[in-house]
Amino acid sequence: MDFSFTEEQKMIKDAVRDFMKKECPSDLIREVEQDDKGYSRELWRKMAELGWLGLIFPVEYGGSGGDEIGLVVLLEEIGRYLAPVPFLQTIILGGLSILYAGNEEHKREFLPKISNGELILTMALTERDLSYDATGINVRAIRKGKNFLINGAKLFVPYANIADYIVCATRTKDVKKKENGVTLFLIDGKNPGVSCTELITMAFDKQYEVVFEQAKISEGNMVGGYGKGWEIIKRVLEQATIAQCALMIGGAEMVLEMAVAYAKKRTQFGHPIGSYQAIQHRCANMKIDLDGARFATYESAWRLDRGLPCTKEISVAKAWVNQSYNRICANGHQIFGGTGLMKEHDMQLYSRRGKAAEFLWGDTSFHREIVAQQLGI
Amino acid sequence: MDFELTEEQNKFRQEVSAFLDKEVTEGVVKESNSGMGLGPHAWELMRKLGAKGWLAPSFPIEYGGLGLSRIYRHILREELDYRNALVTVRGLGLVGVDMVGPIILRYGSEELKKEFLPRIARGEIDLALGYTEPDAGSDLSRIAMRAVEEGDDFIITGQKTFNTSCHFAQYHWLAARTDPDAPAHKGISIFIVDLKTKGITISPLWEMADMRTNEVFYDDVRVPKEYLVGQKNQGWYYMVSAIDLERMITVRNLERSLEELITYAKNTLKNGIPLSKDPLVRQKLAEVAIEINVARNLVRYVSWLQDKEIIPNCESAILKVFVTEVNQRVAQAGLEILGLYGQLQKESKYSVLNGMMERYFRGSFLLTIGGGTSEIMRNIIAIRGLGLPRG
Repeated sequence: MDFSFTEEQKMIKDAVRDFMKKECPSDLIREVEQDDKGYSRELWRKMAELGWLGLIFPVEYGGSGGDEIGLVVLLEEIGRYLAPVPFLQTIILGGLSILYAGNEEHKREFLPKISNGELILTMALTERDLSYDATGINVRAIRKGKNFLINGAKLFVPYANIADYIVCATRTKDVKKKENGVTLFLIDGKNPGVSCTELITMAFDKQYEVVFEQAKISEGNMVGGYGKGWEIIKRVLEQATIAQCALMIGGAEMVLEMAVAYAKKRTQFGHPIGSYQAIQHRCANMKIDLDGARFATYESAWRLDRGLPCTKEISVAKAWVNQSYNRICANGHQIFGGTGLMKEHDMQLYSRRGKAAEFLWGDTSFHREIVAQQLGI
Repeated sequence: MDFELTEEQNKFRQEVSAFLDKEVTEGVVKESNSGMGLGPHAWELMRKLGAKGWLAPSFPIEYGGLGLSRIYRHILREELDYRNALVTVRGLGLVGVDMVGPIILRYGSEELKKEFLPRIARGEIDLALGYTEPDAGSDLSRIAMRAVEEGDDFIITGQKTFNTSCHFAQYHWLAARTDPDAPAHKGISIFIVDLKTKGITISPLWEMADMRTNEVFYDDVRVPKEYLVGQKNQGWYYMVSAIDLERMITVRNLERSLEELITYAKNTLKNGIPLSKDPLVRQKLAEVAIEINVARNLVRYVSWLQDKEIIPNCESAILKVFVTEVNQRVAQAGLEILGLYGQLQKESKYSVLNGMMERYFRGSFLLTIGGGTSEIMRNIIAIRGLGLPRG
């Protein structure tokens, strides 16, 4: 057993933290919340230059060949500062779909450009019934000669407004077993048959309704086999889940640090409020929650790197991080009192995002059900 | 990062498991469930484990151990917990092996080491913790039991309470005040007392889960000076120094409970459908599994810190409070799944799982109180771990 980081991992952690401390003040987050593109071009460009975007892609496609633990380390720091960049969407949802299922041409065409920050990608998956199961995929793709026509609407597509390419989950065949008959396509964001409407969310995190109306794409844009899309989506969803957990634990750690710092400083009734047991015990609960959440996330990443089955552990992590991060934010608010409720304070930046993240890639009940299946019941 | 044991450690676990599968008899389990502590079957198992050197594998070889890392002791504890064997106070392990032995090793004289460590390692003796008094619970520094020097002995008078194990252990690991004028924690000494010594009266107290604990009265009890551990008036520091490097709790009992609940849910029908297909039951079982998984990582983490001799100044408190509270939530989930049957004691008609869940529930209150209350644990996490100011 070993719970220390390697020198390389420590370097990534320190480098990203120092960078974000300087380049990502919370005012930037507020600015971007009001921005119509919804991300910081500056930050994205600089991160690309530092080689962080291609961290997990193979070297031959312009990446650094890094492992999952390294990715979690990186994402923890990004999440700590709530960096407003489409990292998870582009690298995980887009990049990994191509890496797992694209043909050689796709990989050579897209992965280097993703790594150097030229392209932004996203995935269109959920529809009106908000399902992360194959039963929820009903946007239709019908073959027409050497092309496909796509019709239907997707909801909660992150960064659809700026995505150069959208990985779209479509149904190409009506079969009893819904997992069969799902096909992935890579669709140009500027395709005339694609239009999007911004959804105004609690976290201002740029989620969109994307409507496909006779959107025509060539069969060369199929990612993976015909009707074989669901297996890819499952893998990508697991990766997105770990990535989301990593972002969340980074945010959670920052909330704890902010709250403890405040509790040491703020005095009422003649003493720092951090000397009162009610506050101390809230902080202790936050620490207990944080440690459990971090290890659950790291265990999943470790198992992935070792090639061990990790479906159960990934769902354990998301279910637990969902609960613990949100408890941490609730405790944080109690400690900050009235001050933390104000828009100009950072606490509410975390709590809004923490709550939104709870529902991404499956909420707690969804992941508990996966754990139940993994228990053999 | 590595969440796995070494090949050697895994092999040890397999060896231990195979041995315990054979040697943990119904008699051993019955004693664990009875609340009586170590009975004749338990002592037999202790001696068998001791003969293999497995009971205290991290004692140095010259004192009866195997000179191995603490992780080997943890592995044995996990497999004992899984099989519900050698349970005295749940979550506490064996006092001699896990708490007292390491202190004797660190601070005891060569004579004390030679007299006690090999016998502890061989499973021939155990010790009872003699800390708590009616006025000294979480505030242990308020110990009032008095030890007065007289010639070659100390004469000890006073009262202890909740001293579990006194009725089956051979020795008392006693904290008594040797300097009433010094500040509270600077006047305490530790003694090893033969519980057969004249003047000691042990009186049973019965806890709500039928566990026997004791009030112990010392009436001018004569203890030879060679049984003072380390230096006079240094006892407090001995008491607190060991605790973070030795405090360990396992989740293997919870894993066992989960297995039994899953089997029960699969085999029990409600309206013709197995309970295991009920979405609410699935969610409850899954949440139990999730919390066990999270707890298991905390166990590994503290284990690793202790193995590296990095004092886990708040991590072992985090572990203790989290695992004990998970135990309480698992008891609740288990009772919800069993419904009305859950409250039936094992002798009752219609009882299920050998009455496990109601026994579990009754026993779950002690967990967040004994061995350091959850409140004290949270104080430690806040003050030592997070640097918050003392109140």
